[in-house]
Amino acid sequence: MGDLDLLWGGLQAAVTPENLMYAAIGVLLGTFVGVLPGIGPAMAVALLLPVTFGLEPTSAFIMFAGIYYGGMYGGSTTSILLNTPGESASVMTALEGNKMAKAGRAAQALATAAIGSFIAGTIGTLLVALFAPMLADVAVDIGAPSYVAIIVLALVMTSTVLGSSRLRGLVALFLGLSIGLVGLDLNTGQPRLSFGVPQLVDRLDIVVVAVGIFALGEAMWVAAHLRRNPLQIIPVGRPWMGREDWRRSWKPWLRGTAVGFPFGAIPAGGAEIPTFLSYVTERKLARDQGEFGKGAIEGVAGPEAANNASAAGMFVPLLALGVPVTATASVMLAALEGYGIQPGPQLMTEQSDLVWTLLASLLIGNTLLLVLNLPLAPLWAKLLQIPRPQLYAGILFFACLGAYSVNLDPFDIALLLAFGLLGLAMRRFGLPVLPLILGVILGPILETKLREALAISDGAYSSLLGEPLAVVVYVILALALVLRLVLARVRPAGFEPDDIDVRDEEKVNR
Amino acid sequence: MSWIVVGWTPDEFGQVAVEHATAEAALDGSGVILVNASKGDKLVDLRFASGDQLEEVRRTLAAALPGGDDVVQVRQVVAQDVAEAVLAVAAEVDATLIVLGIRRRTPVGKLLMGSVAQRVILDAECPVLAVKPGTRPRYAH
Repeated sequence: MGDLDLLWGGLQAAVTPENLMYAAIGVLLGTFVGVLPGIGPAMAVALLLPVTFGLEPTSAFIMFAGIYYGGMYGGSTTSILLNTPGESASVMTALEGNKMAKAGRAAQALATAAIGSFIAGTIGTLLVALFAPMLADVAVDIGAPSYVAIIVLALVMTSTVLGSSRLRGLVALFLGLSIGLVGLDLNTGQPRLSFGVPQLVDRLDIVVVAVGIFALGEAMWVAAHLRRNPLQIIPVGRPWMGREDWRRSWKPWLRGTAVGFPFGAIPAGGAEIPTFLSYVTERKLARDQGEFGKGAIEGVAGPEAANNASAAGMFVPLLALGVPVTATASVMLAALEGYGIQPGPQLMTEQSDLVWTLLASLLIGNTLLLVLNLPLAPLWAKLLQIPRPQLYAGILFFACLGAYSVNLDPFDIALLLAFGLLGLAMRRFGLPVLPLILGVILGPILETKLREALAISDGAYSSLLGEPLAVVVYVILALALVLRLVLARVRPAGFEPDDIDVRDEEKVNR
Repeated sequence: MSWIVVGWTPDEFGQVAVEHATAEAALDGSGVILVNASKGDKLVDLRFASGDQLEEVRRTLAAALPGGDDVVQVRQVVAQDVAEAVLAVAAEVDATLIVLGIRRRTPVGKLLMGSVAQRVILDAECPVLAVKPGTRPRYAH
């Protein structure tokens, strides 16, 4: 078990006071952005990118990982207390969790969500430590055609399988791919889509794109809808669970973990499907089926565990293949590139210190989350009383500061505004953000691999199907597309509850 | 019929304002309008009453006034400016008195958050009664 030794080594590296501090900052910040609907871990990581370029990569990634897990956890608080899930992954939690809260069992709902997240996150991280090196070992031998296939799979799945509308997903994807094209063609040295602007020849900085889409777009969207009726919050004390709650929760936690992790690990993950599956499973298995829909604790424990397990699963393709499957993961990938670290299968061997310290700090961050969140839940609920103008003024300040600090060029501020307007338009027309950001980040990688494959085969497109793995991946893609059509039929119409207020554009905005 | 307008929030400040308004209304049979306003810029505003809270205060008030349900109104408003929302209702019904529960504000707090009470007092067309929690109405009812 060499990997466990490596994980142990990573644990020792992560338990320095400095790294512990970054983990703590990360989980606090993550919970902060997770609790507030509309702002998520992807935005937080994007805003922090310029700041963290001054840090060691390890410290930065410890913080990012904390933000990611914290954001996953924070979403459950809002779902349970307000019935407004911040992202699609929390919709199922809101379904039973809010009913529990209304019945005066908010403390138990929050507790089962927190402990379930902890258990699923810990098991998930250990599974990442187990599977990522194995996958990376295999992936080192993968040729360019298979890489192309895997990236195509990730792009097509995130834009068509997830989310409510295939058309909108594809529109967002192609917008992202176009943005990814801007700049010098790496093979021929010709400028593309630069419109004669010298700054554009130098490729768009991912910080500017991500901050513009996530932070500025959201801020402008909120500014356009500033005054709304305040929501009624359910008051809550310190979360706790009785013996009966424990007895009813532990099996859903484990089942949720088992369902969630594989869905997070396959490219085209996302927590929407596993949380749905976990919810349906728990409802089927429940002894007292009538309780479901009125606040059954199993309906909170299962989906919340599935949610966090899939959040952990996401690290497998990110670390082993360099393929992100969530918005946060793609911003993290951009951060890796910012440090001059080449993501891909060789990451596990070339940067093994970074990887193992990161995995170890995920375990630490998870524990910190549990320790912090159980007693702090009432405080997190208070965050919802921050006036929006002050909150978004702060976000805008950091957004502009971050965009400017990348190149110290006022042109970037103008670009930021342009991407902010694009982000606003996407929210207005319900375009999902994830396909766009994946397109921006994976597009150039896809192009490089595609050209590599074609250069080897002298331009013969048939070579793209020349590797068995590539063929398998395309078959999986075809199957998934068919499955999606079947699922749409099978899923009972009108299942999406009306009383849950999920904004369309946030559905895949994780 | 004359009306007393109360700037009401579901807390001790709203509570004391209602007590004073009840005493004043009992003197001459005026009606009481409670205005619960929010800027609507927070996701959760604890001063924005829930339907239950509004119904409860309306019932208590109606029980305390000789005129009963007919002389009690409760209005909930989301407006850019809470002070203006209260003043608008006062102007609409030609109020004879506005009652406000007031809280202490530090100079910095006032600079940052402004003061609703101050603007109501300065801009009102009628007398304004500013009351603090712990004070009792002049006339027992």
